Amino acid sequence: MQPFVLSRPKTLAEAGDLARAQPQDSALRAGGIDLIDRMKEGLEAPARLIELRWLGESEAVMRALGPDGEGLQIGALVTLAQLAGHEGLGEAYAALRQAAGSAATPTIRNAATLGGNLLQRPRCWYFRHADLVCLKKGGSACLAVSGENKYHAILGGGPSFIVHPSTLACALTALDAQVVIRGTEARTLPIAELFVTPKQDAKREHALQPGEVLVRAILPKPGAEQRSGYAAVKEKQSHDWPLAEAAVKMSLQSGVMTDVRVVLGHVAPIPWRSREAEAALEGKPASEALFAEAAKAALAEARPLRDNAYKIPLAQGLLREVLHRVAGVPLPE
Amino acid sequence: MSDRAGITRRGLFRGIGTAGLLAGCKPSERPPTTTDDPGAAASPGEETAVGPGPAPLSFTLNGEAKTLEVAPNITLLAALREQLRFTGTKVVCDRGACGACTVLIDGVPRNSCMTLAHDVAGAAVTTVEGLASGGKLSVLQQAFVRNDALQCGFCTSGMLMSCQGLLERTRGQKLAREDVEAAIAGNLCRCGTYPNVVAAVLEAAGGSA
Repeated sequence: MQPFVLSRPKTLAEAGDLARAQPQDSALRAGGIDLIDRMKEGLEAPARLIELRWLGESEAVMRALGPDGEGLQIGALVTLAQLAGHEGLGEAYAALRQAAGSAATPTIRNAATLGGNLLQRPRCWYFRHADLVCLKKGGSACLAVSGENKYHAILGGGPSFIVHPSTLACALTALDAQVVIRGTEARTLPIAELFVTPKQDAKREHALQPGEVLVRAILPKPGAEQRSGYAAVKEKQSHDWPLAEAAVKMSLQSGVMTDVRVVLGHVAPIPWRSREAEAALEGKPASEALFAEAAKAALAEARPLRDNAYKIPLAQGLLREVLHRVAGVPLPE
Repeated sequence: MSDRAGITRRGLFRGIGTAGLLAGCKPSERPPTTTDDPGAAASPGEETAVGPGPAPLSFTLNGEAKTLEVAPNITLLAALREQLRFTGTKVVCDRGACGACTVLIDGVPRNSCMTLAHDVAGAAVTTVEGLASGGKLSVLQQAFVRNDALQCGFCTSGMLMSCQGLLERTRGQKLAREDVEAAIAGNLCRCGTYPNVVAAVLEAAGGSA
């Protein structure tokens, strides 16, 4: 890694000032897992790392994990290990607990944070190779279009075909989370508005401006009889990125599903909310046949590349599995 | 062998390696030896800055206070091995993907390759060298030996630290096979020693409970 200065501001205001002073040549650092990786790979060489872990007590909200009114707040510096073991994430928010516990490895989860997980850069091998062209690095083409695209997007792709790398993003989108961002002013966004599609701007995956810091996520008060779940398929049980993920949230009363959210991960450049699947399920009694129909609807618009058509049945099967589990309908043999 | 010859493999490489390396360096490529960042002193408010040159760092290593000068872009793994000469912690992937470099930071297993040395300021770091005491292997290490829980040994120092972390946070509790499997899910072993590692940890947990 190139030499750099570690800055340790005590307040978010100072951190923001430092970042705005050197927008092209500084980086905010929380757990630093993805950032250090990109620096080791020669993708970035910031002259200054602005350390969020050294923020003082006045910014305790960055580390908060607990009730927020009738909902739940999660500070950006909360680690995935803390989330995975948090008892406050009961059945209503189980999708987030399961997602956090499945990401990366136990040692990475002890360092990686909510904020860093949401804002990490894509894992596409063309992006991650310092010598290869990529739209995200200012290049003129997405090599995944005609290259090795086994792990790329089947939904919402183009002109870049990355899949969004954040596991927490999938679960938080299903749980209708909001994110609080602080720059010169504070703003709160539905989490869906945090993510930027490649059609909007191929060079970025999130909507934060230089000097803005993601402070916390807020989960709304759970609906009546709310339950949720998450699952991922990987080539390996650990140490691996998902091939596909599914997160589901619903209120289940007398077997009838309402307020349904269906989100697929690692199939699109953003966490992919399927309104088609939600419409198929909303207000109806849970059943095996309905779940199969919803899974079909969720992937109806999929446009696979050369090597990733396998993701269609994979994501369908995964979504059905999660729906069965969340609704308590036994899986068919 | 090494006793008789009075020379070790690592010692020999160390001697010829650094001399050769420095001889091949142009002066501008040598690592900086002073902190000459004017910004460090002139920082606004309470913000403090470290680097870019070597800066003082103090932490506890295996119960002993250590102070060294290290640049911010040096990982904890590199500082342990190359500056403090604690080479029990291994470098393999250097990207947080294999777990060979696992150490305990305040009792928590972490990848030292993805941790900057300055991240452990004031913290207590335990490496594999800290497990034995008084020349006697720890209960966990002895269980590894008894259960043949290593083959080539390259993952072992990291594997031991993940297992040590598990034993420390579950002290007095009964461990299941799944607990151990979950704890070592970040430690890659190409020799496939996992079943024996699990057996060793269960034995060590039973023995120390």
